[in-house]
Amino acid sequence: MLQISHQVNVPPQEAKRPVQKPAPNHPAVLKTRLQAILAVPVATLLALAVHVGLSNDEPLPEAHLYSSFLGGILCTAIVAAAVQILWGGLRRWMRKMCPIFAAAILTLCFWELITSDWHWLPLPYFPGPAAVLQSLVSDRALLFDSTWHSLLLLLSGYMLGVIIALITGVCIGWSARMRYWGMPLLKVVGPIPATAWIPLAMVVSPSSTFSAVGLIALAVWFPVAMLTISGIANTRTSYLDVARTLGAGRWYLIFRVAIPAAMPSIFIGLFMGLGTSFLTLVVAETVGVKSGLGWYVSWAQGWAEYGKVFAALIIMAGFFSTIMTLLFKVRDRVLGWQKGVIKW
Amino acid sequence: MVAAASTEGSPLRILGVSKSFPAPGNDAIHNLALDATTLSMTAGELVSVIGPSGCGKSTLLRLIAGLDFPDSGELWVGDDPITGPSAERGLVFQDPNLFPWLTVSRNIQAGLVARGLLQKKRPEVGEFMRLVGLEAFANAYPHHLSGGMAQRVALARALINHPKVLLLDEPLGALDAFTRMRMQDEVLRLWQARRTTMLLVTHDIDEAIYMGDRIVIMTPHPGRIERTIAVTLDRPRQRNSQAFLRLRGEILELLHLAGSAGRNPVGGMSSHIRQDEDTSGIKPDMPGTSQPEISPPASVVSGVAEP
Repeated sequence: MLQISHQVNVPPQEAKRPVQKPAPNHPAVLKTRLQAILAVPVATLLALAVHVGLSNDEPLPEAHLYSSFLGGILCTAIVAAAVQILWGGLRRWMRKMCPIFAAAILTLCFWELITSDWHWLPLPYFPGPAAVLQSLVSDRALLFDSTWHSLLLLLSGYMLGVIIALITGVCIGWSARMRYWGMPLLKVVGPIPATAWIPLAMVVSPSSTFSAVGLIALAVWFPVAMLTISGIANTRTSYLDVARTLGAGRWYLIFRVAIPAAMPSIFIGLFMGLGTSFLTLVVAETVGVKSGLGWYVSWAQGWAEYGKVFAALIIMAGFFSTIMTLLFKVRDRVLGWQKGVIKW
Repeated sequence: MVAAASTEGSPLRILGVSKSFPAPGNDAIHNLALDATTLSMTAGELVSVIGPSGCGKSTLLRLIAGLDFPDSGELWVGDDPITGPSAERGLVFQDPNLFPWLTVSRNIQAGLVARGLLQKKRPEVGEFMRLVGLEAFANAYPHHLSGGMAQRVALARALINHPKVLLLDEPLGALDAFTRMRMQDEVLRLWQARRTTMLLVTHDIDEAIYMGDRIVIMTPHPGRIERTIAVTLDRPRQRNSQAFLRLRGEILELLHLAGSAGRNPVGGMSSHIRQDEDTSGIKPDMPGTSQPEISPPASVVSGVAEP
């Protein structure tokens, strides 16, 4: 009865996939594969050569550390190049990732050239990669502790903000009366940057941690609430009509129709809120809270230890992008039903 | 057949129902979408409603579904007045309106979840999935389904509540001709199995004849029932039998008359709408262009309709 072959839609990318690919042993393929595999070792060797050539005018321990760091990368790349001959999964991953790794190593090399060698950048403020690596390793305990405190503060503020935003968003989005009273408040108070409240928050709250949590929550609240409202209020009326003819009551309509329908919009709000929460976190740690990565940066700057400043920035990059990636994973899970409907 | 023994349907009575809507952009003027309409259906009857756009057929369905309320008149299902939406009156739209965030099986069980009956009636989910032939797609999401399959899910989702009345608002209108004919048989099979009272709104005359025990012909501005025709053809019906084609010709004749009568309607409000819309409203829905040898040629129909 069902004619699956013509009834099931073939996703467009599936249909397009068989673009003529050269055979695996074609000379062109072998060449690009060889290029990809050799890119990292060659880049590392170059960086190593630049570093060793310069290391005379650098203090010994950090020069050694950076040499062994590059040496470690070189060894890993050579081992990986050997293993990938037998392991197809690693080979595919390497073919994809090697160019970008090589570019990163070349960036390190260039950084070392313009700082330690050519002195294009003023020295105390812009240390070379070797000095930064040295700070990263020597101060690892304090950096780890700061990261941990930042994580706790960020999570508690973000969670609090999201919970309050979802509640206000659903109420205002669903009920016309709530919208009448709530919307003006949201429109007037929401756009004030959360960091502008810092002076007031310092006075009002019992502790700086407490006020930081509140500020992050406030920063998250506005975008999440706004996009929840818009998602709920724009639920297709035909979904609600269908649900009502299926016997749905108010709770079913809100929690099983309006909220799922608003999810794509809510996630946009969650991403925007995450961005503002990073900003607020760092500012709050810089001016008030006595721990965390933001505090660490301003503390290290106070001692003019710019190697540590850069070390903290590197940690922040990894920390924030990991959290962002986690939210992407959550979204992919929750909005799995959208795959093929919406491109992202 | 045993089917008649298990009638799930209830009689439906529509008594002098009127409904008007404010004209777009001008709240002072009200357009009469439905004018004192009366229609009675017996339990398990399948009635087709045809008519040009703006004749109030969708308004009628929304009133029966309880999604809108009439300005005057009464609607009854069995012995109960219609006061709002209820699971006893299922509604299937032209767009299947499946919840895209739920799998096929969860869409079908939505009615049970909404009424808190899922624990008790879980086995029925599989039953209804088999009924519409979609067991293999239980865990697929709606965007993987073709139009015909999605509409089957929508039917199963409405039927799992065992509605006394099933309202079908051009449910097959968006499907291609082949799928539509297959789905017509599908709907008839479901109807014969359950004997639900069904009201089928369509703009396809062949579909109206093929499906309906009776055909209600409606005219616009104001929306009202022009004529009701009993279809006495035996089931299963032959789309190309002489009797079928004769009936088709008669209905086209009627619609043609309705078209010229529509130019000077009696009563009603908002005469400015009538003048510019009655001819154009009828033309695009005027079927029969494919078989001019039976019906009056389409050119003649529109030629008369347009002064």
